[in-house]
Amino acid sequence: MLGARRVRRARGHEVAVFRSAENKVFALLDRCPHKGGPLSQGIVYGESVACPLHNWQIGLSDGCAKAPDEGCAQRFEVMVANGEVSLNINELNSLALE
Amino acid sequence: MNLVMVGNGMAGVRTLEELIKLTPELYNITVFGSEPHPNYNRILLSPVLAGEQQLDEIILNPLSWYSDNGITLHTGWTVKEIDRVKRIVYAENSQGDKCSAPYDRLILATGSNPFMLPVPGRELAGVLAYRDIADTQAMIDAATKYKNAVVIGGGLLGLEAANGLMKRGMMVTVVHVADWLMERQLDKTAGQMLQKSLEARGMQFRIGAQTQSLIGNAKGRVEQVLFKDGTHAAADLVVMAVGIRPNTALAEKMRLHCDRGIVVTDTLQTVTDPRIYAVGECAAHRGIAYGLVAPLFEQGKVLANHLAEYGIGRYTGSLTSTKLKVTGIDLFSAGDFMGSKDGLTEEIILSDPKEGVYKKLVIRDDQLIGACLFGDTVDGSWYFKLLRDGRNIADIREKLMFGESNIGDVGHEGHNKAVSMPDDAEVCGCNGVSKGAICKAIKEKGLFTLDEVRKQTKASASCGSCTGLVEQILMFTAGGDYSATPKKKAICGCTDSSHQEVRDAIREKKLLTNEAVFKALNWRHPTGCASCRPAVNYYRLSSWAKEALDDPQSRFINERSHANIQKDGTYSVIPRMWGGETTADELRRIADVVDKYKIPTVKVTGGQRIDLLGVKKEDLVNVWKDIGMPSGHAYAKALRTVKTCVGSEWCRMGTQDSTKMGKDLERAMWRMYAPHKVKFAVSGCPRNCAEAGIKDVGIIGVDSGWEMYIAGNGGIKTEVAHFFTKLKTEDEVLEYTGAFMQLYREEGWYLERTVHYVNRVGLDYVKKKILDDEVGRKALWERLQFALEGEPDPWFEFDKAQVDTRQFEAISV
Repeated sequence: MLGARRVRRARGHEVAVFRSAENKVFALLDRCPHKGGPLSQGIVYGESVACPLHNWQIGLSDGCAKAPDEGCAQRFEVMVANGEVSLNINELNSLALE
Repeated sequence: MNLVMVGNGMAGVRTLEELIKLTPELYNITVFGSEPHPNYNRILLSPVLAGEQQLDEIILNPLSWYSDNGITLHTGWTVKEIDRVKRIVYAENSQGDKCSAPYDRLILATGSNPFMLPVPGRELAGVLAYRDIADTQAMIDAATKYKNAVVIGGGLLGLEAANGLMKRGMMVTVVHVADWLMERQLDKTAGQMLQKSLEARGMQFRIGAQTQSLIGNAKGRVEQVLFKDGTHAAADLVVMAVGIRPNTALAEKMRLHCDRGIVVTDTLQTVTDPRIYAVGECAAHRGIAYGLVAPLFEQGKVLANHLAEYGIGRYTGSLTSTKLKVTGIDLFSAGDFMGSKDGLTEEIILSDPKEGVYKKLVIRDDQLIGACLFGDTVDGSWYFKLLRDGRNIADIREKLMFGESNIGDVGHEGHNKAVSMPDDAEVCGCNGVSKGAICKAIKEKGLFTLDEVRKQTKASASCGSCTGLVEQILMFTAGGDYSATPKKKAICGCTDSSHQEVRDAIREKKLLTNEAVFKALNWRHPTGCASCRPAVNYYRLSSWAKEALDDPQSRFINERSHANIQKDGTYSVIPRMWGGETTADELRRIADVVDKYKIPTVKVTGGQRIDLLGVKKEDLVNVWKDIGMPSGHAYAKALRTVKTCVGSEWCRMGTQDSTKMGKDLERAMWRMYAPHKVKFAVSGCPRNCAEAGIKDVGIIGVDSGWEMYIAGNGGIKTEVAHFFTKLKTEDEVLEYTGAFMQLYREEGWYLERTVHYVNRVGLDYVKKKILDDEVGRKALWERLQFALEGEPDPWFEFDKAQVDTRQFEAISV
């Protein structure tokens, strides 16, 4: 099933983990580049998510908004092995902390 | 495969744009254009001539667009011959060089030629047509050197040419053979008003005059126009604008069937050779060669669809409307504005010559079939929509003339005329888009449709109350024949199917899952998008109650988490209070929850409920449990609230127990999902303290029973509800309200409020279905009760309501 979960970090904003209908997994900072909407709460379709606040369309693979909107959400590395999803702890501890 | 296009104009290039959107890789594309320019907006030549825009501003596709999309472009090359057997195109440039290109598919987009009057002297220097950049440039140059211009032809193009030349300082006389100006777009009264207002600007006219010949001077330049009655007019420049003819010379040479254009089928294929398509002004579809841009773009879309091998699009013809691009003159006409003399058409006319306003509406069999507006064209797009939709106008006939102005009341300082707004005035109050920003985007990005403007600027993309204004801006910026929103509107970019077609398919083919719908209707993206998924989900659920399964991932976050998301990502919780009545016990529990979960804001809503704002998502489940009241569905496209006044139990004026009626209605219909949110109100007497006049259903108690009002709206555009019927008993109120709701649930389009639904189908239709048809009414009411029976409360019955509780936990690292 497609959808999203949120991962809370020790420091910094939460990270959203998405699954597409084709079972591909992506991770982005859970903040829309527009006004900080929680992307994890949006509707996932294809390889995009629609921000729940103002319907910006964000690409899951690059975190970037579709034209004419501009801006990108921080991407995080994802690994899937034997049905387990792993995030890179170094990234979680270092990226987009403010 | 090789795709070759002959012609590099608006219709053809738009076709390529649509094609590349659908399938960027399928074809190697080569384009031949005999003009030395990339594709430009021909409609905007008039503003260029008038000095209001520059030539480089009207380029639609710069050369880089062609190279970015891998298109080989030959500008300045004219196609001379096409070998249909070997499938090769032969072209030649002005130096006499030759080249060729093979094709698998060929598009002829050769446009049209101006018609030159066959009068002696037409080959003289200074005699021009008005068709392309070269003509326009020649006119601009002439205006700097010469004084007198004669424009032959008082149609749309001729008047725009005359206006431009006048603005460039020439003395202009318009010669027109018919009895009044623009006789194909205006009736006599409007034509004469137009003439008067152009005369006031200094334009001169020779109405009814027939041109005999053009006289030249010793240098071979035109000097005079001689008329058949022996009079003459001085002319250093003569512009012929007496009409256009589809350019079919090449097609005829190729032995393709031509009859007032290259004859094409509903897929734009020539009837002679299915590998060859024709699009735009050169094509004759069902006997009509269109000259305006909107239908040509519709053709382009179908053609692209066919070339992309989807093969589901059909072009079935267009209705067109006209607007003159002369700054400061408002004029609009569409359809059969003359009416017939057989007594079957009726006319409604408003005429105020002093103010320069004239409006004529032509009606036949209770349908608007034509409109001609002069001086005040604000409602042009609304009339055009009524005309195309063929809506029965009997119920709005007396108000028809005064317009709908489908323009909201709020967010743009009450402006309803875009022309008079300054550039810095805010048009879209939601996204803060000014008129200037919209005009700029339309010009620079070459936008033609409302959807394109929405995408590029976000104007009218949120609440939509400024849609009417944006359409007006589009009309006068992009040109009169802007691409009006097509009659059949696709749900979203994933499909060509309209809301109605999707709904019908779900019902007829019993499609129970989103995937089945996407597959059956050839969706372009297998998982749809954020626009169509909620709509399709709703159509399935409302068509197949108890059989179709909800897909929570096709619902907006509010309906998935059963709370309203706020700007900071927290949620609000509004518990249900039946009829707006509460108890000390409930209030105590609410107060305790506010303390326990440190809820920052408590607010009383407009619908008489209590709103707890700033609840963290992980607290939602416990907040619901501790409050112990049912879900208020304040987050859903569903029955929100039933607002009530005190009523006869306490009020000294009350005639009916409105609170009890309200509670009964709310208990009967809560958990009812609908195309959009639904609000009721019940008042106990005609003083109407519950404000029932602006609700989807408003009930007003009177001494002898209840009055029922429907389709009111208190939001973007305040709409007073229509009186629907008078009822005697409370059971009747339940039955009639329920039947109306079920009708709306079954027929309303997703995100269409009752006011828009009733406007679309007509109040008479709703009356017929509910008041005149007792069996049908009772069946509707039963279907609603069947659908609602056993519906879970999503705040407590998580499994049954398919609430995925994992969403309320965050994973921590």
